[in-house]
Formats: sequence, structure tokens, C-alpha cells
Amino acid sequence: MKTKITVNGQAHVLDLDARTTLLDGLREHLNLKGSKKGCDHGQCGACTVLVNGVRINACLSLVAMHDGDEVTTIEGIGTVGNLHPLQAAFLERDAFQCGYCTPGQICSAVGMIQEAAQNWPSQETGDLEAAIALTDAEIRERMSGNICRCSAYPQILEAIRDVVGGAA
Amino acid sequence: MKPFSYERASSVEAAVRTVAATPGARFLAGGTNLLDLMKLEIEQPTHLVDVGRLPLGQIEATADGGLRIGAMTTNSQVAADARVRAAYPVLTQAIVAGGSAQLRNKATTGGNLMQRTRCSYFYDPSKPCNKRIPGSGCAALGSLAKAGAILGTSDHCIATNPSDMGVALAALGASIETLSADGATRSLTVGELHRLPGTTPQIETDLVVGEMITAVVLPPPPKGGQIYRKARNRASYAGGLASVAVAGGQIALGAVSLRPWRATRTEAALASGATPTEAVEAELAEARSEGRNPFKLALISRLAVAALTQAQGDAA
Repeated sequence: MKTKITVNGQAHVLDLDARTTLLDGLREHLNLKGSKKGCDHGQCGACTVLVNGVRINACLSLVAMHDGDEVTTIEGIGTVGNLHPLQAAFLERDAFQCGYCTPGQICSAVGMIQEAAQNWPSQETGDLEAAIALTDAEIRERMSGNICRCSAYPQILEAIRDVVGGAA
Repeated sequence: MKPFSYERASSVEAAVRTVAATPGARFLAGGTNLLDLMKLEIEQPTHLVDVGRLPLGQIEATADGGLRIGAMTTNSQVAADARVRAAYPVLTQAIVAGGSAQLRNKATTGGNLMQRTRCSYFYDPSKPCNKRIPGSGCAALGSLAKAGAILGTSDHCIATNPSDMGVALAALGASIETLSADGATRSLTVGELHRLPGTTPQIETDLVVGEMITAVVLPPPPKGGQIYRKARNRASYAGGLASVAVAGGQIALGAVSLRPWRATRTEAALASGATPTEAVEAELAEARSEGRNPFKLALISRLAVAALTQAQGDAA
């Protein structure tokens, strides 16, 4: 079935087997290999992309479900010559070893920062009616859907902290 | 995944008619549980009716001072809603204790309630499971698994309902509204939605084929403190080993049964002046531990007493 989908600002019409996940559609049919397949079950976050600005696991969604949607992958976040501040911060802080989880980490962090700006709560949020302050505990909790097998978590936290500012 | 056909529903009425009339058809909302199980071929629908974009994404005030939450609201949307946070904080706390942010952004209110009640053996096709293959046996009984249920179980199934949101909804006395293919609507409480396993654990809810949850209705919040507490193996992004939702004098327990467990005996004991410890003991008198999970009795007991004590303190 035909699905109209905009990825990183470019419109596409895909006509794929209904089983095709958004992740496989991006990687295998649009040749956007930045989004990674880790667990393929929504447990690791390596496939995280933004759909209409909101972060989701691309492995647990079908291309067919995204007719008319706007998807942003790591390829649309920044380029080598024009890095997104989070990409620059990840480089500066050495926030990875193997790098496999990094595209998902950065897409997730972009979504996370927007969620906090809209005052969405997390389980670390004490007063549900006060403005969200992105403490280190809040950032760790909000990024818990992204696993780093190399355990670069302290550097990932530092990189995100550099971008959102404020004290720990 | 096994092959299936896909369609996007044009209306709620069309969706329920199609699912009722098409053998092997299922509703698809956020997909976070169903697609996961389809990849493992534990679920093998032949047709998916995508209801994710039906106009059921609103949260509205009801005439009696409660809220009606559309079934296709996302978990994140409900948790962040200012009215929910102000009047039903236990619901926000429960939702953000479940899954990851990515999952909550996709998962829906209706889908959360309809996610499969499960255990690790349900996920392992090499093991017998009465839910996957009725009559094949239960590998969880007597196993090394620690997560099994202790309330309302049978010799056929000791899986636990994994929803955190459902525990808060049960404590709040929430109801669901449904639509069936014949146009009939009905309302039942969240506590009544899930059946206990008996000899047919493969039948998880009271809904008939093609019946769809269209909304969750919250009554006005009960007087008193609200709190959700959850114990688990990791600090974040892990299913509960035990959880408890308190809303005034109404209490529900999570991860201990095949349904969100409304603790009516605890509520009655508290109402007659029992201490939190006595009231929780009353609920757990008929709890049944199994294999490696006797620790759950102590865990749920201490967690529930702590939550009740804290909620009473907050309300004082």
C-alpha cells in the first residue's frame, strides 16, 4: 500500500509490504542508515527518531501508520559541516565509544529537551504543578529509554548538560 | 512477522464493524505491544485496523467534575495534562513510572489497558503457556521466575498485568466506555475489565470480538492524598515487581495479579479504623506464593503500608 511520508524535509511515496517497520523503511528503502537496529523490540532506543517532532521507537511502528507524517532522523538533525549543538557536545565530551547508540541518543535528547520545555513530567519530577528543572536526575530518567552498551552515560549526561545549560 | 493486511479506519463505527466481521483482525493503536508480539509471532493477526488517528484524542471535563479521556490519547499526553496533574496526580505518577519516554509517546490509553497480560514464559515459544496455546500447560508454575502473580491466580496461569496506568485507574474508580459492532455502548469499571484466569487464561478481558474502548472516564477525585509507588529491578524502564496506587481511601495493587487489583479488603479495614499494616494483611490473607516469588508478599506488603502511611500524612 502507498504511504506518503516526509523524511528530513523530503517527500517520499513508499509502496511496501505492510510488515515494513518505520525503521526498516528508513534504512532499507530510503537508505538512511543512521537510525540503528539494536534490539528491534523497543528496549534499547537505538532506532529513536522524531515523528512530527516527538521521539518514538521506529522499530515498533509500521511505515503504513505514518501516512502524512514528518519524520526526522539523525541525518536531518545536522550535517558534518553544520553540526547540531548536541552533536558538537557529544564530540566534545567523547560521549560514546562504539557509536552505535549515538544517533538514537541524540534524536532522543532533541525530543527530551522539547518535552521538558513543554513541562512534561517524569518520575523524577517532584512537584507536578511546578516548572520542570532539568536536573541530572531528570536527564538520566528522561533518557532511560536509550541504552549505551559501552556505558558512556556520564559523558552523555555531560554533553546534554552542556546544551541545556544550568547547574546539576 | 506473519503476513497481514492493513487498513486505516475511517470511523470508530467502521473499525468495530470490520474487526467483528473479519476473522483474525485486530485493532492497532500505538502498536508498542502488539507489533512487539507480532515480531515474535506470539500474535499473528491476519488483518490490522489502524484506529490510531480516530478522533478519540481529547481530554474533556465531565458534568460531574471528572474527566473523560479519549482512548487514543497518548500516555505522555495524559501524564502531562494540567487537569490530570492537579486533580489526579496518582495517574500521572503511574504513567511516568511505566515504559520509556519513547514508548509513552506512542502508546495510547486504550492500548495500555489492552496490552497483553504476560510473563517471561509467555514470551518464550519453546515453553508451554496456556495463554499462547490453551491446554499446553504453564511453565511458570514451579519455575525460577520471580515475577509471578500472588492474587487471583489459578493452576493455569500466574502472569501479571504489566500496566502501571491501570493500577492508578483502578484506585481512582475509573470506568471504560466501549462500542461494539452492533452499535451498542457500555460502561464497565477498570477493575472489571480484566478477568481472572480460571481455566481460560487466554481470555484476558471481558470485551467481545470487535468491541473497542472509546474512552476512560475518571469520577471526581476522592478526598485524601494520592500516591503511586513501584518497586522493580532497575531504577527506571522496568516492569514492576510490586506497585501500589492510593487515592484517598481507595487502593489498588499492581504486578501481583492478572488484573490491576483493587484492594477492597484493605479499604474496608481502613474504613473501620484498622492500621495500614492490619489493612494490608487483610488483603493478603489469601495470597498464594509460588516457586521463587514468596518475596513478593513481603514486598507488596511493605510497599502498600508505606504508601498508605505517606498518603495519610500528605492528606493530614
